[in-house]
Amino acid sequence: MPLLDVQNLNLSIHGVEILRDVNLSVERGQVVAIVGESGSGKSMTSGAVIRLLPEGADVTGSIWLNDQEIGSMSEKEMCTVRASDIGMVFQEPMSALNPVETIGAQVMEAINFSEPGLSRGEVRQRAELALTRVGLPVERFPLTTYPHKLSGGQRQRVVIAIAISQKPALLIADEPTTALDVTTQAKILNLLKKLVDQDNMGLLLISHDLAVVAEVADHIIIMKDGRIIEQGGGKGFFDNLQHEYSKALFAAARKQREEKFIKDGEDTILEVKKLRKDYQIGRKKMLRAVNDVSFSIRKGENIGLVGESGCGKSTLSRCILGLEDFQGGEIYIAEKKFNGEKRLRRHISVVFQDPYGSFNPRHTVGRLVSEPFYLLDDQPRPDQAREQVCEMLVRVGLTEADIDKYPHEFSGGQRQRIAIARALITNPDVILLDEATSALDVLIRDQILKLLSRLSRELDISYLFISHDLTTVKNITDRILVMKDGTIVEEGRTIDIFARPTHPYTKSLLDASPDINKVIAAETVDRTRENPNENIF
Amino acid sequence: MKLPLNFIIGAILTTIFLCMALLSLVWTPYDVTALEIADKFQAPNIDHWFGTDHFGRDVFSMIMIGARNAVMVSLVAVGIGMLFGVPLGLYAAAARMNGGNLIDEILMRGNDLIFAFPSLLMAIMITAVFGPGAINAIIAIGIFNIPVFARMTRGGALGLWSREYIMAARVCGKGSMRISFEHILPNIANILIVQATIQFSIAIIAEASLSYVGLGTQPPDPSLGRMLNEAQTMIFFAPWLAFVPGGAIVTMVLGLNLMGDGLRDILDPKLRQRKAREMEASNAAS
Amino acid sequence: MGHYILKRLLSLVLTLLVATVVIFVMIEVVPGDPAAYMMGLSGSTEATEALRSELGLNMGAWDRYISWITGMIKGDFGTSYTYRVPVSDLITDRTLVSVPLTIYALILSTIIAIPVGVISASRRGGFLDTLLMGAAQVGVAIPNFWFAILMVLFFSTSLRWFSAGGFPGWDAGFLECLKALTLPAISLALPQAAILARVMRSSVLEVMNEDYIRTARAKGLSKGQALMRHGLRNALIPVLTILGLQFSFLLAGGIIIESIFSLPGLGRLVFQSIAQRDLIVVKSIVTLLVLAVVVITFVVDLLYAAVDPRLREGKRM
Repeated sequence: MPLLDVQNLNLSIHGVEILRDVNLSVERGQVVAIVGESGSGKSMTSGAVIRLLPEGADVTGSIWLNDQEIGSMSEKEMCTVRASDIGMVFQEPMSALNPVETIGAQVMEAINFSEPGLSRGEVRQRAELALTRVGLPVERFPLTTYPHKLSGGQRQRVVIAIAISQKPALLIADEPTTALDVTTQAKILNLLKKLVDQDNMGLLLISHDLAVVAEVADHIIIMKDGRIIEQGGGKGFFDNLQHEYSKALFAAARKQREEKFIKDGEDTILEVKKLRKDYQIGRKKMLRAVNDVSFSIRKGENIGLVGESGCGKSTLSRCILGLEDFQGGEIYIAEKKFNGEKRLRRHISVVFQDPYGSFNPRHTVGRLVSEPFYLLDDQPRPDQAREQVCEMLVRVGLTEADIDKYPHEFSGGQRQRIAIARALITNPDVILLDEATSALDVLIRDQILKLLSRLSRELDISYLFISHDLTTVKNITDRILVMKDGTIVEEGRTIDIFARPTHPYTKSLLDASPDINKVIAAETVDRTRENPNENIF
Repeated sequence: MKLPLNFIIGAILTTIFLCMALLSLVWTPYDVTALEIADKFQAPNIDHWFGTDHFGRDVFSMIMIGARNAVMVSLVAVGIGMLFGVPLGLYAAAARMNGGNLIDEILMRGNDLIFAFPSLLMAIMITAVFGPGAINAIIAIGIFNIPVFARMTRGGALGLWSREYIMAARVCGKGSMRISFEHILPNIANILIVQATIQFSIAIIAEASLSYVGLGTQPPDPSLGRMLNEAQTMIFFAPWLAFVPGGAIVTMVLGLNLMGDGLRDILDPKLRQRKAREMEASNAAS
Repeated sequence: MGHYILKRLLSLVLTLLVATVVIFVMIEVVPGDPAAYMMGLSGSTEATEALRSELGLNMGAWDRYISWITGMIKGDFGTSYTYRVPVSDLITDRTLVSVPLTIYALILSTIIAIPVGVISASRRGGFLDTLLMGAAQVGVAIPNFWFAILMVLFFSTSLRWFSAGGFPGWDAGFLECLKALTLPAISLALPQAAILARVMRSSVLEVMNEDYIRTARAKGLSKGQALMRHGLRNALIPVLTILGLQFSFLLAGGIIIESIFSLPGLGRLVFQSIAQRDLIVVKSIVTLLVLAVVVITFVVDLLYAAVDPRLREGKRM
């Protein structure tokens, strides 16, 4: 009998079917990953197991944990199960801890609930042990620390400490690394894997990203629209995918570079020279967000600017957009010095990350897309503007009829298309893509990236693609700048950076970034070792 | 779209009072300036629905005119609050986003200063020093509405200034004034409308309090507050004189508050967004 | 922490200074001739002139302001024109009625509102929630002076449980005084409790949606335990603000209530002084009330820091 055995699980919320006929099992010491897009029901599956579901949820089917049917237990019994048998790690480390209690109190509370009757001293010791095991040694992180003193990764470690302090048999991690930087993500995943091995727990890992789980999971479940469409594990799983959707997911995850557009001898259209930006924090302290950054973009060239949160890439982009003053250096647009002048702004436009926050919810698509016309000296007449907007909408894959709709009538991917249309409407030379695909599901992201490459070819336009993730920019950029602590630590052609990174930080970024190709490659090596006679080349 | 129950009840109550107030401009069942001493202290009956007072005046007619005065004073007072408070809040937020922290700080400290004065006491003082009457009551109540709207507008505007669509507008070269009125004001109109109904109801109570102590609307114009004051001494043999105007104030304020709550449920972007997201999730899953 | 307190203290002093200027301008500069105003229509020229020199009106406005402020710092609030006694004596007696009344009302409103808010939130959408919140809606809509009139009619006149007004003085014993303050305190507290209960309810509902409540539930806490151990303290943060505002509102809001119940408190004194045009008393009491509001705001800020560790380092969230 497996540790966790879910049989014929169905779930509806207020009568809307969320999960249908879900069957899965987890063994001790095994990592089982559920992968799917938002709304696929993957989080609801884990919610059903620990029975923390929204109001109005109706569950049928059976859930066995440790040979006990927990699905039919009373809420009171379930509290005991949560306290001692199941541990849970959530997506948002920034808000998962009570801000007004110390981390020690929060871990100790968990221990008290799983093993009532321990003495205060014992509980304390156990809490210190748990925190030390997750990499927060007491010497540096005393029990009296408050959560707001910790970074996102450190808070996630506290949440993990809470979970493992109860010595659970099953650990559920719901998108545990989605909110974290790439390098932190790798560390947290390794930590979870290590703890699972040490304590012989079962781990149910939930993620939207196939590449993230591919390296750690023993068994992968792919969900779509509330059902499991494919599951399996071990070697060759990826080679033998049956379902079209999983094949598409896999293809999107392992996509190799297809097109290249390196051009020589074109004009420089954006040049940043020794840019410096300081922030005053407190009375005397200064934070240098951007430190002597220089680079240039030629016409038609695509540049990736990669770095983790807090590296200064957002500040840099706001300076380039003329949204913020800077203390030193110059920015040249179309070889003229730029300091927020309106007439230069039309050469550069922007697409932001959040497809939901990028549009005034009260304006129609027509009004939204034509907003940049404000920059032009001779603004088009309303009928001309409408015609141009229609043309642009079709170009980005929408229809003319969409012009009178409001943003809430579109999906995330469609909204990003509207944002691209708005960015293109004044025929700029450069589009700044600020994490423009980070909020999208994998397959949608793939489509938007394809659209961007097509437009780049058709319109001979340049991109400055800002991202926290190296793999995202891999396929669409010619050159990459790697930024850390306000400075550019490495710059080079995309192929070179991926093949031969020179700076240690770039190397660590590359190592940490989830890459399904590495898994495949490792598998292949394994296979050749096992069957030395088989020539796979 | 299904309207929430509290909104429906509130809107009905408010409409009834507004209609009564408007109607009183052209018609009331009895003339309230004519004293019919012979008819004094009649308990509610078929001729006088809410009875008559110590001068024989018809209480129902007085309620109609009293409601009109209360509505007028409150409407203008809240109007003053919005007229000054909203632009102030927009300006403070825009100043803060463009590095003018000092301007914002000064404006907001000024706000806090007004908040530090107990509002009812100040209203009493203002009307006492400048003379009692409806106009001074409006000013006294209006002044204390300014910081309420300024603070609310500023808070809402600051939340929006960091939105990406505002950044997109700035990238298009639009100035802060243009952005404030084109993008920010329409998107905080919801919370301002809700707040306006709440402030309106608070103003009605404030007007009643001022008239109760004799500093609001002056005789011979009837006012709900003064009716209550006069009723106090006659409460033992003519209790309807205290029940009716008080009940009128309570229903009027209750109606406005219910409407405000309902409006919040309908308009609150946070609530609506959450609902929309839930719906999206369940749509995607179904 | 020290930096935080210092900054708050500084803003407290600044607010007070500006407030005194506003009060001074409103009472002594705007009406033109305060002496003529105080004498009213009945005053003879000689009497007005005498009052003018008594008030020091022959000095410039700036000098009068300075001597008023320095006097107040020394505890000298001037002499009441109508009562002919030092204002400070008048105020001390009245404070001993008003402050206990305010605290009484505040305690009542808190012990009603917080449980009502919590119960309502935990039964959201249920019958009890609808009932309690319906009652709260009505409570918010009731003007406290009308409520006071009804209370007198019901409890004093019909049931004869309480006297209709008056205050026996603290010499008459604590219980007697408490009894005399009960009806006024209830009439002050109930509308405030209604507001507070609504704030508490929405605050609890908001907090219960927070991620850390889910973390607590995953630890094995029941819904009630999660609310009590993690929700309540966080939910109280916005409630504190309202409590602070209510303290000042109640202190000054007693004006009408104190008159209805004939309580010799600050509110009644200021109201009588306004009626008698005794600007010296009005000026002092308004200043004192503003001082009380500002100090309470300061105390609330300190309480914030006690509840919320993020504020202890001077970070405003």
